[in-house]
Amino acid sequence: MKTVHELNEIARDVRMDALRGIHAAGAGHPGGSLSVTDILVSLYFNVMNVDPENPKMEGRDRLVLSKGHAAPALYSTLAHRGYFDTSEMLTLRKLGSRLQGHPSMKLCPGVEMSTGSLGQGFSAAVGMAIADKIDGKDRKTFVITGDGELQEGIIWEAALSAAKHGLDNLIAVVDWNNLQIDGVVDIVKKVAPIDEKFSSFGWATFVCDGHDMQALLDTYEKAFKVSGKPVCIVARTHKGHGVSFMEDQAGWHGKAPDDEQLAQALSELGGDR
Amino acid sequence: MADIKRTATRQAYGEFLKEYGAERKDLIVMSADLSGSNKTDLFEKEFPERFIETGISEQDLYAEAAGIALSGHVVAASTFAMFAAGRAYEIIRNSIAYTHANVKICATHGGITVGEDGASHQTFEDIALMRVIPEMVIINPADAVSAKILMRKEFERDGYSYIRLGRAGVPDVYDKDADLQIGKAVELKSGNDIAIIATGIMVDAALKAEELLAAEGISARVIDMHTIKPIDEDIIIKAARECKGIVTAEEHSVIGGLGGAVAEVTSAKCPCKVVRVGQQDCFGGSGKPAELLEKYGMTAADIVKAAKGII
Ligand SMILES: Cc1ncc(C[n+]2csc(CCOP(=O)(O)OP(=O)(O)O)c2C)c(N)n1
Ligand SMILES: [Mg+2]
Repeated sequence: MKTVHELNEIARDVRMDALRGIHAAGAGHPGGSLSVTDILVSLYFNVMNVDPENPKMEGRDRLVLSKGHAAPALYSTLAHRGYFDTSEMLTLRKLGSRLQGHPSMKLCPGVEMSTGSLGQGFSAAVGMAIADKIDGKDRKTFVITGDGELQEGIIWEAALSAAKHGLDNLIAVVDWNNLQIDGVVDIVKKVAPIDEKFSSFGWATFVCDGHDMQALLDTYEKAFKVSGKPVCIVARTHKGHGVSFMEDQAGWHGKAPDDEQLAQALSELGGDR
Repeated sequence: MADIKRTATRQAYGEFLKEYGAERKDLIVMSADLSGSNKTDLFEKEFPERFIETGISEQDLYAEAAGIALSGHVVAASTFAMFAAGRAYEIIRNSIAYTHANVKICATHGGITVGEDGASHQTFEDIALMRVIPEMVIINPADAVSAKILMRKEFERDGYSYIRLGRAGVPDVYDKDADLQIGKAVELKSGNDIAIIATGIMVDAALKAEELLAAEGISARVIDMHTIKPIDEDIIIKAARECKGIVTAEEHSVIGGLGGAVAEVTSAKCPCKVVRVGQQDCFGGSGKPAELLEKYGMTAADIVKAAKGII
């Protein structure tokens, strides 16, 4: 178990290595990587039962990053958790790398589902949780979606399935940054109120600050107490969190920082770390 | 090598929409959270009242497009090729084709040159999928110039079509007053040893291959098959008769796309050797477009090798 202070330190390092990777690649998605980092770090370091030495460990908890474009944050979290060396982040998106532009479960240790086509990871996670129910396996499946991603119809088809099967072994976290590529989610195609929608679909829902480690940990605790229903945590986040010029900017969804921007971002995040 | 001007066909698409939108008041343009990537934002800025943003909902995009078209509009509906031909496949089949809705499926980011995004975003199946839909017109332009000419022709026609556009810049092959017809391929180079039938970005590679072959005394005919359906049977049969064999070249699976279409024609009408250059029935991966074309065997050198294998 890490303290909240330690988790924040790790999240800072994870953000820095995610950005280093995107910069080296010259392409990638910084905005949604920085918004989802605290969610990933809190889950991988304090909540999930996983073993980096044995990524396929029987009975491990599973996490599906349905918003697969935030792969840099996932890879960086996995690297800091010990699945592979953080230096590998510099191979991101390069020919032959295990760190593909979008997560590949066939290549990267720790990745439980290949994603990148929005919506499908959510539905696949529902399938994983159904399988665990059938097999009597007592473990959790976590799935992280974007808020724009909720515009995909498959999400709501799967949400109905999850409620039908009473999947209290499934916890969905929505990275609620209110931005997508073409702008503000509320304007492009409004999905709010997200918690009420999931409630009416038969889910237990919680809303919390997705950049407050203590709030996230407290919310997972509550989620574990729910029985008979899947849980949706709507985590309020900011795209580009931690880097002033990226924060809440749709323009930083899918482009790499140049040398100067990387230097500034790293100094804002961690000083000389 | 001197710097050659390169323009992506998606850029030509955006510019075309902006021009054409001024002429056709019944034109509606749609995008699914990719207006900047698809270049439909060029139209949106000019005609916001005729632009529809569906958000990240590709199935909804194409079914809504059908409804709008069936109410008397011509609709250009865009997303990445993976999510158009892939995600929305059955909707295109049943709500657009079966109803004969006047929807132009303008799909950008086709093929391996999507680059760093990797396998989940690189489609080599789209042309094959579209080809089996009855009466689907499929256009895969070689450059930005021909893209504009062909789109204008296609938008004047009443009917549905799949127009495949690329992410990466390609050098100009055509002059802007080139006389191009849908369904009529273009012989860009004459030659009688081998025929290279190419489509999309592979036309430029075919022209380079022709030069390499010429240097070795092999004369290659180069044909731009910009319309994959309806395919120009006459030009294929003529090539099959006059040359020792055919090499097809496409940024697509060798199964079901241009290569498949050419082989269907030759096997029935004039059997000859057809060697298909393209994605060899495997997934792609992350990398730079040029690196990927080389890794997966879609370069001028690969065409040359295929041609020599026939002769
Ligand atoms: C099916 C599908 N459609 C479109 C895309 C292209 N795309 C990648 S990210 C993105 C926006 C995602 O927005 P959101 O879910 O809010 O993610 P975040 O803001 O956390 O980055 C889109 C449209 C895709 N990857 N998959
Ligand atoms: Mg978002």
